[in-house]
Amino acid sequence: MPFIPHTDDDVQHMLQTIGVNRIDDLFDEIPRDLLIDELAGVPDALSEMEITRLMRARAARDGAALNFIGAGAYEHHIPSVVWDIATRGEFYSAYTPYQAEASQGTLQTIYEFQSMITALTGLYASNASLYDGASALAEAALMAVRANRKSKSKRVLLAAGVNRTYRRVAEAIAGTQGLEFDELPRNAAGTTDLDALGDAGPAPVAVVIQQPTFFGTLDAIDRLTDWAHEQGALVIAVVNPTSLALLKAPGHWGALGADIACGEGQPCGVPLSSGGPYFGFMACGEKLVRQMPGRIVGRTTDLEGRDGFTLTLQAREQHIRRSKATSNICTNQGLMVTAATIYLSLLGLDGLKRVAATSQQRTAALVERLTAIDGVSRLFGGPHFHEAALRLPRPAAEVLEGLAAQDVLGGYDLKRRYPELGDAMLVCATETKTDADLDAYAAALRQVLGAA
Amino acid sequence: MSELPGDLLFTAEHEWLRKEDDGSLTIGITDHAQAALGDLVYVELPEVGQELESGAEMAVVESVKAASDVYAPVSGSVLEVNEALADDPETINSDPYGDGWIVRVQPGDDSVDTMTPDEYQQFLDELED
Repeated sequence: MPFIPHTDDDVQHMLQTIGVNRIDDLFDEIPRDLLIDELAGVPDALSEMEITRLMRARAARDGAALNFIGAGAYEHHIPSVVWDIATRGEFYSAYTPYQAEASQGTLQTIYEFQSMITALTGLYASNASLYDGASALAEAALMAVRANRKSKSKRVLLAAGVNRTYRRVAEAIAGTQGLEFDELPRNAAGTTDLDALGDAGPAPVAVVIQQPTFFGTLDAIDRLTDWAHEQGALVIAVVNPTSLALLKAPGHWGALGADIACGEGQPCGVPLSSGGPYFGFMACGEKLVRQMPGRIVGRTTDLEGRDGFTLTLQAREQHIRRSKATSNICTNQGLMVTAATIYLSLLGLDGLKRVAATSQQRTAALVERLTAIDGVSRLFGGPHFHEAALRLPRPAAEVLEGLAAQDVLGGYDLKRRYPELGDAMLVCATETKTDADLDAYAAALRQVLGAA
Repeated sequence: MSELPGDLLFTAEHEWLRKEDDGSLTIGITDHAQAALGDLVYVELPEVGQELESGAEMAVVESVKAASDVYAPVSGSVLEVNEALADDPETINSDPYGDGWIVRVQPGDDSVDTMTPDEYQQFLDELED
């Protein structure tokens, strides 16, 4: 059944009215050699019954494995009330409605979300969300170039702990606008080598610092922030919102604080589901607000003195600023933001602290069990949050495959982005893992490695 | 429309320039421009020492309904910016030719295509027709 409301007569009538013979003529602007006749690899349409059966079969293949993979996406317990509320009809839409102010509830939800993000990051203002953590970093880098007009540089320096997948995404998005990304050297502790800062090359427009690092270690955020500011660079913090319940807020890093904070919001109420969905968040200091991409909801009073919510600072946006808009990001991830707002409201700061502290302890307990196995050792010493890199006696891909056969998703193969680390994997255990789960993982790994 | 000050030169982009005794140029936007923009809420100023290129973006004026670029009418370097506009951008609405000035620049050698007050008045009259 086609879901297009126009009949053939309707279409003919419209074409005649505008003086065009065929619908294809409307696409004459596109050069012939760019057009394709069909999409390769896309199968024929299936009926609803067929597609339901196919999807059930595919979903069943996911199984119910114990998951110890982090690397940017984290499995946390999501109270069932979160999605019960988020999927109510009043909330169940991704976008801000076109007459935004007619939907005060939607705007208030976004306003509360922004307030929570500013509280967690210690910064002045937050936007209504971005697509995901990686594209949020790309947007933050572009924002830094717009805002840092004293710097003529388009070089963005990345601390050693910045997720290299984020770097690739940022290069794909911002590289076409002339931005260059360079990584600072890493030391033996899995953090940025402060001794190498003197040789960091030409002054950058921005320095990106991820805390906790991709390896779960803790970087010298205060020293790095102050060093970046001495170079005339803006500081972009990439942070995990769960960790901010325990760690120093970016707004308080160093003497002046980070200028922009961004990150992946998925840990707050969004389930892991075959690669998505995710949402990015971003906050900044007062001076940079007009350079921030995305939508911003403000609180105000109406003519009768009642509290109300409104889209604000819209002159930055595409419908007003056109080609010079700060971005064309809307509220695409609004539904994830709604879930995150409910999640954070339910937990409160104390609850988030418990999640963060328990996850940190669970990972420490897992690492203790796994490193008791012959040939398995920690790659980096020092304090960790809820993730750690482990050296393995055999290629990680092989080991992880063996674990998966025992229904354990054992971690992230570091060779994928960090070949220089050799046979190593990144493991994570959140509050969702019990002692029995950790024991099961250790037993499976022992078996796979054939170790004592 | 109020009288145009006689000591100013004007551009087709609705900016005004005043030649100062030291050879520098003070630049702002005209009364016509501020009226068209409406109440200003924010002005983004260039940096002192910044090199301007004639015709390139120099500042941004943002009103409740739009944000517009202010283009440099001349090449040159920025000597001074009107910092007071950061807190009181509406000064441009109330006094566009006086306290609402935007930048003072040391112009380069290129010639500038400007209009006298009479020519600019005629330009405005034609716009309205």
